[in-house]
Amino acid sequence: MEKNTNYLVGVFGDQDILVKAVKALRKKGVKIYEVFTPYPVHFLEDALGYKRSWMPRAAFGFGALGTTCAILLQSWIMGFEWPMIIGGKGFIAIPDFVPITFELTVLFSAFGMAGSFFVSQDLKPHKVPQIFDRRQSDDKHIMAIDLAKNSLSEDELKALLQEVGAEEVNNKSFTEREKKASFFDYVSDLFTKGVTDSARELKG
Amino acid sequence: MQIVSKVREPLVTGGKTYKDITEDVCRPVEANPSKGWFGGMALSLFLLLAGGYYLGDMLWNGIGRWGLNKTVQWAWDITNFVWWVGIGHAGTLISAVLLLFRQKWRTSINRAAEAMTIFAVICAAIWPVVHMGRPWIGGIWALPLPNTYGSLWVNFNSPLLWDVFAISTYFSVSLVFWFIGLVPDFATIRDRAIKPIPRLIYGALSMGFNGSAKTWMHYEAVSLILAGLSTPLVLSVHTIVSMDFATSVIPGWHTTIFPPYFVAGAIFSGFAMVLTLMLVTRKLYKLEDYITMEHIEMMSLVVTITGSVVGIAYITEFVIAWYSGVEYEQYAFVNRMTGQYWWAYWSMMACNVISPQVFYVKKLRTNIPFIFFISIVVNIGMWFERFVIIVTSLHRDYLPSSWLYFNPTITDVMCYVFTFGLFFTLFLAFAKYFPVVNMAEVKSVLKDSDSKVYKSRRTISNEVVPEADRVPVDL
Repeated sequence: MEKNTNYLVGVFGDQDILVKAVKALRKKGVKIYEVFTPYPVHFLEDALGYKRSWMPRAAFGFGALGTTCAILLQSWIMGFEWPMIIGGKGFIAIPDFVPITFELTVLFSAFGMAGSFFVSQDLKPHKVPQIFDRRQSDDKHIMAIDLAKNSLSEDELKALLQEVGAEEVNNKSFTEREKKASFFDYVSDLFTKGVTDSARELKG
Repeated sequence: MQIVSKVREPLVTGGKTYKDITEDVCRPVEANPSKGWFGGMALSLFLLLAGGYYLGDMLWNGIGRWGLNKTVQWAWDITNFVWWVGIGHAGTLISAVLLLFRQKWRTSINRAAEAMTIFAVICAAIWPVVHMGRPWIGGIWALPLPNTYGSLWVNFNSPLLWDVFAISTYFSVSLVFWFIGLVPDFATIRDRAIKPIPRLIYGALSMGFNGSAKTWMHYEAVSLILAGLSTPLVLSVHTIVSMDFATSVIPGWHTTIFPPYFVAGAIFSGFAMVLTLMLVTRKLYKLEDYITMEHIEMMSLVVTITGSVVGIAYITEFVIAWYSGVEYEQYAFVNRMTGQYWWAYWSMMACNVISPQVFYVKKLRTNIPFIFFISIVVNIGMWFERFVIIVTSLHRDYLPSSWLYFNPTITDVMCYVFTFGLFFTLFLAFAKYFPVVNMAEVKSVLKDSDSKVYKSRRTISNEVVPEADRVPVDL
C-alpha cells in the first residue's frame, strides 16, 4: 500500500499558545489545514479567519417555517375544514393558537438547526473520521498543515511550528484506503487488524 | 494568565489536568460495572417488573383498577404526571438557563441533569397515555388527524391538546440538546477505545466528530441557540401543564397564579431530584473534585429560593380566594387546610415551605447527608402539592350526595412504582454507558497554562485582563 506523507502535525498543550501560534503562522503565510481541539477554544475561529457561523440564520429560517405551518394548520382545521363552535369562541381564535404555534416554532427551529449542523458538518453514524492524532479529544490541540499546499519546505515548517510553541511535530499520512473512507473498509479493518491507534495505551 | 478570585471557590478542585478529567469520567464507562451498580440495577428492574405487572393488569382491565370515584376522576395518574414533568425541568434549567447566564458551575452537572430530564419526561408521558384507558386508540386521538367518522379533528382550543404538543416538543428538543452535548464526549471515548466493538459503537454515536475548529464553531452556535430556545420552552411547558387546571372552572383550579407557581414548583422539585441523584453519583463515581461543595451549596440555595417562591404562591392563592368573595373558591381553600385532606395540605406546607428554609444556615447546606434527606423531603412535598391541588379540589363537588373520600388502591401505588423502576433503570444504564460529566465543557472551564495547573477559575472577563496577557482576537 502506498503511503503519502503529506501532513505535518503540530501538538500543542495549551489553548493560549495555540491561538497565538495560529495567528503567528498565518501572518507568515502558512496555510493551516485545520486545528483539532478537545473542547471549543474561544477566539480560535477568529485566529483561523473563519466566517461567523450561519447556524443562527438556519434556526431563524426553520423557526419561521414552524410558525407559518402552525398558524396555517390550526386556522385551516378550525376555521375552514370543519368549523365547530366551542365555548362561543370565533372559529379562528388566535389567542388559543398561541401555545401550539410557539411549540411548533421551537420544534422546527431546533430540529432544523440541529439537522443543518449534522448535514453541513457531514456528521453521520457511519462516517469514518480522518484523525491526525487521537489525543485531540483528550488533552492536546492538534494543528494539521498540508505540505502540498504550502510553499515552504517541510524542514522550514517544522522549525516554525517548534518556534511558535508546538510540543511535538509529527508527520501524518493517510493510505489510499484510509482516504477513501469507506465505512465497510473501516469496519472490516477494525475486526481483522483490531484497534491500531488509541489515546490509551494499547495492550500487547 | 488567570485572574484568581478571592471570593469564589475553584470550579474544579484537586489540581486536575485535562488528562485527569478524561480519565476520571471515562473510567466508569470503560471498566466493568461495580457490584453496587448491579445491585441498583437489579432493584430497579424488580420495581419495573413488579410495577409493570400492575400496569399491565390496569391496561387489560381498565382504569377501574385505580381508586377513582364519582367526583375524583383524576388522582394519582395526573399527580404523578405533573410531578415527573416538574422534576424534568431542573435539567433544562441547568443546561439552558444557566448557560445563557454564563453560570459556569453548571458544566459538571448539566449532563446528568439533562439525562434526568429526559428520563423524567418519559415517566411523565406514560401517565396521560395510560390514563386514557385505551391508549392504543387514545394515542391516535391526540394527534391532529381527521378521524374515520368524518373530518372531526382535535380541538386546538383545548389546553389538553396544547399539552400534547408541549410535552412532545419538550421531550424531543431536550433529547436533541442532550445528544449534541454528548457527541464530543462520545468521540473522546471512541478515541480511547482499545477494542473494536466500543470503537465501533461509540464511533457511531459520535457521528464521526473530530473536534475540528470549524465544527466547534458551529457547535457552539448550535448549543447557544438551543439554550435560547429551551429557556422559553421549559417555561411554556409547565405553564401549559398548569393551564390543564387553570382554564377549567373548578374552584381551586381556576386561578391565574398557576403558571408562575407551577414553574417555580417544577424548578424546586427538579433541583431537589438533581441533588438526590448527584449526591449519590458523586460519591459512587468519586467526582468530588468536579461536583464540589460549592455546586451543592448553589443547588441548595436554588431549592431554598424556589421553595420560598412556592410558599408565597400558596399564601397568595389563599388570600386571593378570600379577597375574590366567591364562596365556592373560599370553601375549596378552607377545605384544603381543614377538611378531610388536612394531613396532605400540612405535609405539603411542612415539606415545601418550611423544610428548605434550613439552608440559610451554612452548616446545614454543607452537610451532605442532611441535604440528601431534605432533597427527598422536598420531593415528597411536591408530590403532595399536586395531590392536594388535584384531589382536594375534586372530592367536594357541587352535589353533596356524591362526595366521597379518595383511597388509592394497590394498582395506583404499583403503577407509580413502575415509573420509579423505569426512571432508575434508565438512569443506571446512563451512568454506566455514558459519560456522566460533560468532559468537553469541564475542560473548557479549566485553565491549564504552561503546564502549571491553576487551582482557581477565571471569574473576570477578558477586558479586565492586562493587555499583555490577553488572548488576541484581531487578525
